[in-house]
Amino acid sequence: MLVYHDSESLSAAHGGTAGGEQLPCGGRDMDTSIRKSAARACAHFHNDRTRLMDIVKEFHDEVGYLGDDAIDAVAEALSVHRVEVESMLSFYSFFSRSAKGKVVIRLCDDVIDRMNGVDAVADAFRRELGIEFGQTTEDGAISLEYTPCIGMSDQAPAALVNDEVVTYLSSDRVREIVATLRQTGNPRKLVHRLGDGNNAHDLVRSMVHNNVRRKGEVVFAEYAPNAGLAKALSMSPVEVINEVKTARLRGRGGAGFPAGMKWEFTRAAEGERKFVVCNSDEGEPGTFKDRVLLTEMPDRIFEGMTIAGYAIGASEGLLYLRGEYAYLHRLLADGIEKRRKAGLLGARVLGKDFSFDIRIAMGAGAYICGEETALISSLEGLSGLPKTRPPFPANKGYLGCPTVVNNVETLCVVPNILDRGAAWFAGIGAKNSSGTKLLSVAGDCARPGIYEYPFGVKISEILADAGAEDTRAVQVGGASGQMINASDFGRTISYEDLATGGSLMIFDSSRDLLSIVKTFMEFFVEENCGYCTPCRVGNRILLDLLERIMQGRGEEEDLGRLQRLGASVRLASRCGLGQTSPNPILSSLEKFRPVYERLLKKDPGALKASFDLAAAVADSESLAGRRSTVLS
Amino acid sequence: MADKQTFTLDGREIETAAGRSIMEAADEAGIYIPRLCTMKGQKTLGSCRVCTVLVNGRPQASCTQPATPGIVVESDTEALNEARRGIVEMLFVDGNHFCMFCEKSGDCELQALAYRLGIAAPQLPYRYPAGDVDATHPDILVDRNRCILCGRCVTASVAADGKHVFDFIGRGSDRRIGVDSRGRLADTDLTSADRAVEVCPVGAILRKRTAFATPVGRRAYDAGPIGSDIERKEARR
Repeated sequence: MLVYHDSESLSAAHGGTAGGEQLPCGGRDMDTSIRKSAARACAHFHNDRTRLMDIVKEFHDEVGYLGDDAIDAVAEALSVHRVEVESMLSFYSFFSRSAKGKVVIRLCDDVIDRMNGVDAVADAFRRELGIEFGQTTEDGAISLEYTPCIGMSDQAPAALVNDEVVTYLSSDRVREIVATLRQTGNPRKLVHRLGDGNNAHDLVRSMVHNNVRRKGEVVFAEYAPNAGLAKALSMSPVEVINEVKTARLRGRGGAGFPAGMKWEFTRAAEGERKFVVCNSDEGEPGTFKDRVLLTEMPDRIFEGMTIAGYAIGASEGLLYLRGEYAYLHRLLADGIEKRRKAGLLGARVLGKDFSFDIRIAMGAGAYICGEETALISSLEGLSGLPKTRPPFPANKGYLGCPTVVNNVETLCVVPNILDRGAAWFAGIGAKNSSGTKLLSVAGDCARPGIYEYPFGVKISEILADAGAEDTRAVQVGGASGQMINASDFGRTISYEDLATGGSLMIFDSSRDLLSIVKTFMEFFVEENCGYCTPCRVGNRILLDLLERIMQGRGEEEDLGRLQRLGASVRLASRCGLGQTSPNPILSSLEKFRPVYERLLKKDPGALKASFDLAAAVADSESLAGRRSTVLS
Repeated sequence: MADKQTFTLDGREIETAAGRSIMEAADEAGIYIPRLCTMKGQKTLGSCRVCTVLVNGRPQASCTQPATPGIVVESDTEALNEARRGIVEMLFVDGNHFCMFCEKSGDCELQALAYRLGIAAPQLPYRYPAGDVDATHPDILVDRNRCILCGRCVTASVAADGKHVFDFIGRGSDRRIGVDSRGRLADTDLTSADRAVEVCPVGAILRKRTAFATPVGRRAYDAGPIGSDIERKEARR
């Protein structure tokens, strides 16, 4: 081991040599146990650099964080530079560079949770634990953090306690929760009453409820398992693609790209090795419909993936599961294993000359990984950064191979289409939106939960079914969607009218709409990847301007500024996040302009409304030790 | 001989060749599309988004978008020019750029582009983020207050120098340039001869003891605005 005391010996030793073997810097000895754990984690995944997400997760689960020694050890084992490991590690919210409590409480502070009293819950946690958010208890036992939407809006306020999900939180329950954790250190002990359906399955044992309120004619209809797969394998791959095209199935994750066309491009692409990826990174605030599909019909999802693999000529499938749904991992893994044993996955699916298998890959707390190319980056062991297009995933996706990325719900209805036929599916729904849509409804309504409607359903019908009263605004499509007012309640859910990946949030007249818009903007500031200027900086400035207006320091010109800046961010951003992140502001400006105008200073007097005089003289006052005469 | 393949840019017919980006084709034709992060001779990240154009009505970065025959490209539109000014302003207010004493003044692509776009002072509110300065290396200074996250140094270190001195760490507003050590530039294998030291468009990576060596009047952008070298091609036609 070389020791560098000064820069001179460094340059002498390294003159001209290219990077390669990583050496520990600063002369420190590496902790042997850290080295061993790192080597073990890396070896478990064959020192494959593309499996860095799995490697880091395994090490993290064992040790709790990756410090400098661990980063050096992992880099050495994988023959990469330490900055590459640090780069990826620093991207994901669930990975830590420093020690945290054995138990990490992640309290969701999304819009619906705030509406349902998360502030009181947060105060209770502070009191009971004696720490602030972002801190760890002195004994190193428990850490407390905020986290964005965890897919539990129908049973908010909710939190993650390590992998366990805790729902319907109240300040009373917090006392009991903290006591249990202090006594046992085991989040499993927090589960007293199990939820319905597979939430009570031995491999899940969660208190989460499904809250399925309305079963429609596709997803929740009667279905004979694997009927679609058997039908598909009796057809040619091209015939399968044509069936999906004729059904006019469009992506159910929010973007709505025609699935059949995507499959066709991928089938036609050059390459021996192809992949089917199931995007289970459900992260759009207020969306929790995939959570229920993953819980109640994982077999249908696997079947859909298998049909997709057959159609495009892929033998490998990956299911990218958001880290917040880790509580479903064992159920899903078991489902895959059972299908292998039943000949539905593996070397000869249903006895045919077609092999297909599925691996689960875990996410680690990054909304942007729901974007298909960012998801692919994450699968490759990199930071979840969207990729430059062209090329598109159909041609060059995972590991540079042709890849189809489909949403959970999209893959879920593929078996139905093959079983009952394209004409049946295309006959349901609206003109340019075939089939049904799962909606995850939450907010000011009596019956939050999952609703399956044919496309073309009116907002007013949904509001009535969900038991919404005195509705002032509806957010369709999550934070990246649109805020609509009563004049829009006659409109419909469809790709051509009001599109959504499923999220539908209801706000009554008691709600402060600007606070809601602010929460959405804070979400985008927290979750953007940072790669491109307009999104990284523009969203922050949009939030600054909004806060200024909310604090009563807004100028008349600020509304125009928000409009123009929002338009520029939309226009120039590199991916879907930045192309939609100004929506909360732009759509509320369009539909609820008076809410903004009410706060503007019409006649600010001698000084600009945005100028905070008190803040400007604060430093001088503290230095001079007296109040400024300017303020009197 | 194959027929000339063309596309239109702001109504003008531009020749294109296989594998060329819209920006490369425009450069060849003497038309300057503003840009910051791209660099001749190495792969671009497409991170600044200044070069955004409309391709058949849809926004794309001209540095990464192929110049396919028959496409209709618009660059000089009000919305695009507004977006470009907005991006340059964002880079100014999200850093601490003190041109008046910066060693890169006159040679700085950010400064030169701001002048070209007619920005005298940003309209957006300053954010005063906390950036650090790493002066540990005997020959190279890194000032993160000025970094615009273009990624040129990251790419150059790998592609040209066969190293991996720089890479991005953090997410969102925390995204910054990290180095291949436990923090200090001095503990990396960066040398003054590295291409990674040459490519920075602003004053974020500088060679020590070279400041203000070039007199005012003979710096890169003293004689003409940024982009005039590309436009001179057009004048010669």
